[in-house]
Amino acid sequence: MNDNAINPAGPAARVYAETLAAGRFRIQRCQDCDSAIFYPRELCPACGSGDLHWFAPSGRGTVYATTTVRRKEEAGGDYNVALIDLEEGPRLMSRVDGLSPDAVCIGQPVRARVAVEEDQGVLLFDAVEVDRQPEKDHE
Amino acid sequence: MNNASLSHLRGKTAIAGVATFGCGESPGYSDMDLLANAARRAVTDAGLTMKDIDGVCTASVLATMWPMEVVEHLGINARFIDGTMIGGSSFVAHLMPAMLALESGQCDAVLVCYGSAQRTSTLNRKEVARARRRMDPQPYEHPYQPMLPLSAYALAASRHMHEFGTTREQLAEVAVAARQWARLNPDAFMRDPLTVADVLGARMVSDPLTVRDSCLVTDGGGAYVLVRGERARDLPKPPVYVLGSGTAVWHRQISSMPDLTVTAARQSGEQAYRMAGLGPADMDIAELYDAFTINTVLFLEDLGFCAKGEGGAFVADGNIRPGGSLPVNTNGGGLSWGHPGMYGIFATIEAVRQLRGDGEERQVAGANTAIVHGNGGTLSSQSTAILGTSATV
Repeated sequence: MNDNAINPAGPAARVYAETLAAGRFRIQRCQDCDSAIFYPRELCPACGSGDLHWFAPSGRGTVYATTTVRRKEEAGGDYNVALIDLEEGPRLMSRVDGLSPDAVCIGQPVRARVAVEEDQGVLLFDAVEVDRQPEKDHE
Repeated sequence: MNNASLSHLRGKTAIAGVATFGCGESPGYSDMDLLANAARRAVTDAGLTMKDIDGVCTASVLATMWPMEVVEHLGINARFIDGTMIGGSSFVAHLMPAMLALESGQCDAVLVCYGSAQRTSTLNRKEVARARRRMDPQPYEHPYQPMLPLSAYALAASRHMHEFGTTREQLAEVAVAARQWARLNPDAFMRDPLTVADVLGARMVSDPLTVRDSCLVTDGGGAYVLVRGERARDLPKPPVYVLGSGTAVWHRQISSMPDLTVTAARQSGEQAYRMAGLGPADMDIAELYDAFTINTVLFLEDLGFCAKGEGGAFVADGNIRPGGSLPVNTNGGGLSWGHPGMYGIFATIEAVRQLRGDGEERQVAGANTAIVHGNGGTLSSQSTAILGTSATV
């Protein structure tokens, strides 16, 4: 077993892992207090309710904090580790892909993508171009 | 939030004995050997014998039933046992249950003790990390291979720099100040001169933290003995009274920390100050668990020594160096004195030595009050204690 793999122990963790392995990103929402919840669990950490339902988040998020973990070139080189704030509220750890690690900035808009390899899903994020409002002509 | 000040416990108990053993490198010694030697010396320092000890507080990063091993190894008939394990702050957090046990009459003398052979142990730290990933998985962090705990502190530093303009140079000043204190302490593991440029130029591990922004990896044992205040007055060493104590935990994983620039030290510190009836301006010295340079900055802010966001400038202005307005980590701290896995007990011991006037070349003249702050996990557990000499009770 890969030591770094998600170990889907427990009902909520298993649903999350199986859904992710099928290429879909789902998180829970509390039916009593409406909190969006990550990581998957049995009880709402905001109100203690056990009535949690799965839903598809928008996938939009923002980089909250970022670091480049230094690693020797022969071991694969440097890589990014980031905390992402989802549009729905929860924060999670992930990696911003497709950018050099030192180009990842706090505040960068990102979008979720599920990478599936060897029947395991991994949640990653890609940088999103910031939509520019068309500039108004100066009078 | 509970508003009980617990002020009725202020000054009711005192640390009567302290000791360290085998700090730095101690090849051939196990965690327990280091603990046992520190324990015996602390009990002797208190003017007691092992037979007088009837309470034990201890924790281990490796053994899940460590308190039983300690009781068995030391031959203690314990009426009070606390094995609360919340990382490096544990031995600061043990003060409150130990005080309650002494005050209730459950026991008469509590030994708080720890030992780690992590530097020279034949059990490689990579093996330990690998075993922990299996036994205590973090399936929502480990897939991204953060270098834990260091990357968690790097993430917190990145956020502090983003929100407040804190610089790498300011973080480096924390390490430089620690080294200046260590240069006054013959027991410190690293005593060579260290400059800001040295810290910035050291090997980067997880941006923005270099190896010199990070605590050392050393061996060491530490222990202290807590008794009721009236008994401490009859023992040989000057009593160091526990004036305040507070512990708070808000998360375990860094991804679950509500705001990476505000730690639960704000809560633990408030509780400790309220119990002591004192505030930051009353503290003569501060021993703040400096696992990484960002820790000292965060704790200076959260414990009220400067405003949120101003920790970097506070440090860069020279306030925490020898001769500064607030002596911090007077032994050299985890960054330069040493860091045997969980540092909280060593911060406590250094505060006691300063309050006894035993600090030798590094002694802060006239120190009567000390704040000790322990940190555990990834900024996860925070425990604050306020200690004072007989002049404060």
